[in-house]
Amino acid sequence: MDLKLSNSNKDGIEIVDVEGEIDVYTAPRLRELLIELVNKKNYQLVVNMEKVEFLDSTGLGVLVGGLKRVRAHDGSLDLVCTQERILKIFRITGLTKVFGIHESVDQAIAARKAEKRLPA
Amino acid sequence: MATVEVTFTPLPVHVRTARLVATAVARRSGVAESLLDEVRLAVGEACSRAVEAHQRHCPTEPIRVSLTDDGEQFQVVVTDAAPGSERDLPAGTGLMAHGRPAGARAEGGNGHGPGADLVFSEESAAPRESTAPQESAVPLRLPDDVGLAVIAGLADDVRIGPAGPGTSVTMIWKRRTASY
Repeated sequence: MDLKLSNSNKDGIEIVDVEGEIDVYTAPRLRELLIELVNKKNYQLVVNMEKVEFLDSTGLGVLVGGLKRVRAHDGSLDLVCTQERILKIFRITGLTKVFGIHESVDQAIAARKAEKRLPA
Repeated sequence: MATVEVTFTPLPVHVRTARLVATAVARRSGVAESLLDEVRLAVGEACSRAVEAHQRHCPTEPIRVSLTDDGEQFQVVVTDAAPGSERDLPAGTGLMAHGRPAGARAEGGNGHGPGADLVFSEESAAPRESTAPQESAVPLRLPDDVGLAVIAGLADDVRIGPAGPGTSVTMIWKRRTASY
């Protein structure tokens, strides 16, 4: 399956829904979307990966690149993922410590809002 | 003896085809369903690395993937023809560069050896569309050692060695159940 991307705003946080396979061929499209969102000053991102069927290190690179971009603006990039087959690659590479990984979009938004309320 | 051999033009779009073939052959060979995701991801990583090396050094040369099952283990060898790609391998990945791996043939890059039952080739496939402007600060791919670390985390045994003008990555699954 190819890659399908869509995005919407919820409570000031941009939700990116990803469906299909993120690999060396399709990852550039996700990268373009993340760059576009950051260029439009969306610095709070949640990438919903619940419908992602495949993710390789190229896809990880795009997510890390997105995280780097939003952090440059004191932003955040959280992930929504409960699939073991996708979580496996985050664990192997140690990136579970880098990304906030949540079980649902609502949970990701709630966690982000709670963090923003914390004193600096 | 190779059960199935695939050669493909070094274009990112064909990596998915290689993954699909690897998964299909693994399933047909009796590899446990729980291991198929590991095979698919590891083969994809090795092919992505080879595609990148070929696009840098030899974009017209095909990449070879051979898949063998001897009843005890399932072996996949991804062979590139990019000169110097083995030298580019990062230190400290924990992957020793062994000698020429068993099953990897010496002739390198010239395609279709004996024992191959199936050969794919799409020499005329169109290149993928151009993407966003490159930003040197954030490369598209993570460093090579991330892909190799993923492979090492998935396969039971990984060997990297010279093969003709290029490099072969041999991945072996000995067991019939997933490690996770």
